Amino acid sequence: MEAFFAAMIVAATPLLFAALGELVAERSGVLNLGVEGMMLVGAVCAFIVALSTGSTALGAFAGAAAGVAMAGLFALLALGFSANQAAAGLALTIFGGGLSGLLGASYVGVPLPKAQPLFPASWAEAIPYGKAIFGYDAMVYLAWASAAAIWWFLARARSGLKLRAAGDNAESGHALGLPVLRIRLLAVLFGGAMAGLGGAYLSLAYTPMWGEGMTAGRGWIALALVVFAGWRVGWAAAGAVLFAAVTQLQFYAQGWGWRAPSQFWAAAPYLATILALALLAGRRTAGSAPAALGRIFRPSS
Amino acid sequence: MILRRSLLIGAAALAMASGAPAAFAEEPLKIGFIYVGPIGDFGWSYQHDQGRLALEKEFGDRVQTTYVESVPEGPDAERVLRQLATSGHKLIFATSFGFMDATAKVAKAFPDVKFEHATGYTRADNLATYSGRFEEGRYILGVIAGKTTQSGKIGYIGAFPIPEVLRGVNAFTLGLQSVNPEATVSVVWANTWYDPGKEADAARAVIAQGADVIAQHTDSPAPLQAAENSGTVKAFGQASDMIKFAPTAQLTAIVDDWAPYYIGRVQAVLDGTWESQDHWGGLAAGDVHMAPYTNMPDEVKALAEETQAKIASGELNIFSGPISDRDGTERVAAGEALDDAAQLEMNWFVKGVQGDLPD
Repeated sequence: MEAFFAAMIVAATPLLFAALGELVAERSGVLNLGVEGMMLVGAVCAFIVALSTGSTALGAFAGAAAGVAMAGLFALLALGFSANQAAAGLALTIFGGGLSGLLGASYVGVPLPKAQPLFPASWAEAIPYGKAIFGYDAMVYLAWASAAAIWWFLARARSGLKLRAAGDNAESGHALGLPVLRIRLLAVLFGGAMAGLGGAYLSLAYTPMWGEGMTAGRGWIALALVVFAGWRVGWAAAGAVLFAAVTQLQFYAQGWGWRAPSQFWAAAPYLATILALALLAGRRTAGSAPAALGRIFRPSS
Repeated sequence: MILRRSLLIGAAALAMASGAPAAFAEEPLKIGFIYVGPIGDFGWSYQHDQGRLALEKEFGDRVQTTYVESVPEGPDAERVLRQLATSGHKLIFATSFGFMDATAKVAKAFPDVKFEHATGYTRADNLATYSGRFEEGRYILGVIAGKTTQSGKIGYIGAFPIPEVLRGVNAFTLGLQSVNPEATVSVVWANTWYDPGKEADAARAVIAQGADVIAQHTDSPAPLQAAENSGTVKAFGQASDMIKFAPTAQLTAIVDDWAPYYIGRVQAVLDGTWESQDHWGGLAAGDVHMAPYTNMPDEVKALAEETQAKIASGELNIFSGPISDRDGTERVAAGEALDDAAQLEMNWFVKGVQGDLPD
């Protein structure tokens, strides 16, 4: 049970990073479909830096920075040149897939030491189920701390209110003197940093290696989580955990001898997450999509 | 187009007039490859791409190779194959079982293009099949696992319940039980050939459930790495020697070497002697190698080497009877061996295997 819980938390972490970042970007009114591409570039850059410096922390930082750079490219197109956001985002994903493969070509088949747990092992052994609480590396705690911070920022902080205004009604915000484009730029760059961290988590801690396309669609799952969670931080985090739980359940259940076709298990995480979030979160947050999501804004004066 | 053709004819005439072999004026043979994973998977697709690179090295200017990686098994495969066939590729290698139907369909539509499909069983005049008898290697892994396990529980990460994987599971289990009749194999389906995260998750799940040796039939080094990071669990590399990922956990690895086959087939096309066939080479043919035997006592190593020699010489047929499936039905009678057709369509588990199997 402890192992199952730990596996669930670990599997939720890359989804959580990516979903939280995308959520902030979308709340500011920008739909960035490039999450998968940003994650891949984040993963490969984190791996290269961690391998050459021997520091997981520097690797994670490089992953975030690479995500920011990718997001900056997207911002240049979508905000600077007012390009269609969906098209620019898709282009970013395709570009990221190719670029990461190119950067990582000579790093295939090279292992990296595993990221170490943040807390000393004695803490985990001191209490029952301690490993499920204290057994993770620093990035797991960072993901959950960012979830709390982002919730607070969007719900309570004044600057969070401004960000939401940019996403709900850019024209009114602009009329009130808000720097809408600058807010959106910062939100997009933040989203890139989080996606980069999500990718970095995969290549540094989850499976410390670089493999082409190793995100295997997690960026798309994160995007879907944001929508099904009704753009709410808490529901997005819950969705990430639920998705991870059912994904892990398929492996444990097969060992427990639960009889079901393996194809059913492959579909189960998607089904469970969609059902849970659509029924629970959807009803209470219906129509809460940022009103200006995906719409191009050009300051008129 | 007409201009280009006449230029070529002119070039050919010139070449012949000057006494040089006509081959110099020929266009290079265009060869296409489609891979199910990225060439950077360091497993299945990586090894096929090593074979492609060996072709370029061997034939130089006489061939021109193209590859398309990460092609999903399904309608996309057909689209990619058609694209290769219409863009002048005369020999196309489709390197995953799931490309079978798409390859057969496209082969029918392009009778002058030669197709080679790995691990399948549908053939046509212009569609050959080829595979390696990796299960010979898996039998050896089973023998090693049987001598290594303390808990008597082996975790086996499978990609999909298809004959190729079931054959591997059964060969592994037969090898395991030849030295350790009590040991059992728990098969966990990852439902993917390549997703390092999920492959590692599956490995960690079987470790948490008591397995102390892991075998895998998915393409990344992630399960092996999960074994290494667990500290005590032993495992096997897949398709490539993955010792770097698990210096203390890898016992050995089955290494696929496609280069000899690919070179032979391309030579046949160049010579005009290519024919549809079914090639299935194993340890004896050199299509399958074993990585060095490591992290095991000398007597286990000696036993592994002995088993390998017996299989290569033909003294040991890994699917020789009597073999019963796990429901008790006799599949191979004593004194007989499973023929290739039955091996290619295998849809049952031998006794001692736990795990779901579609009917």
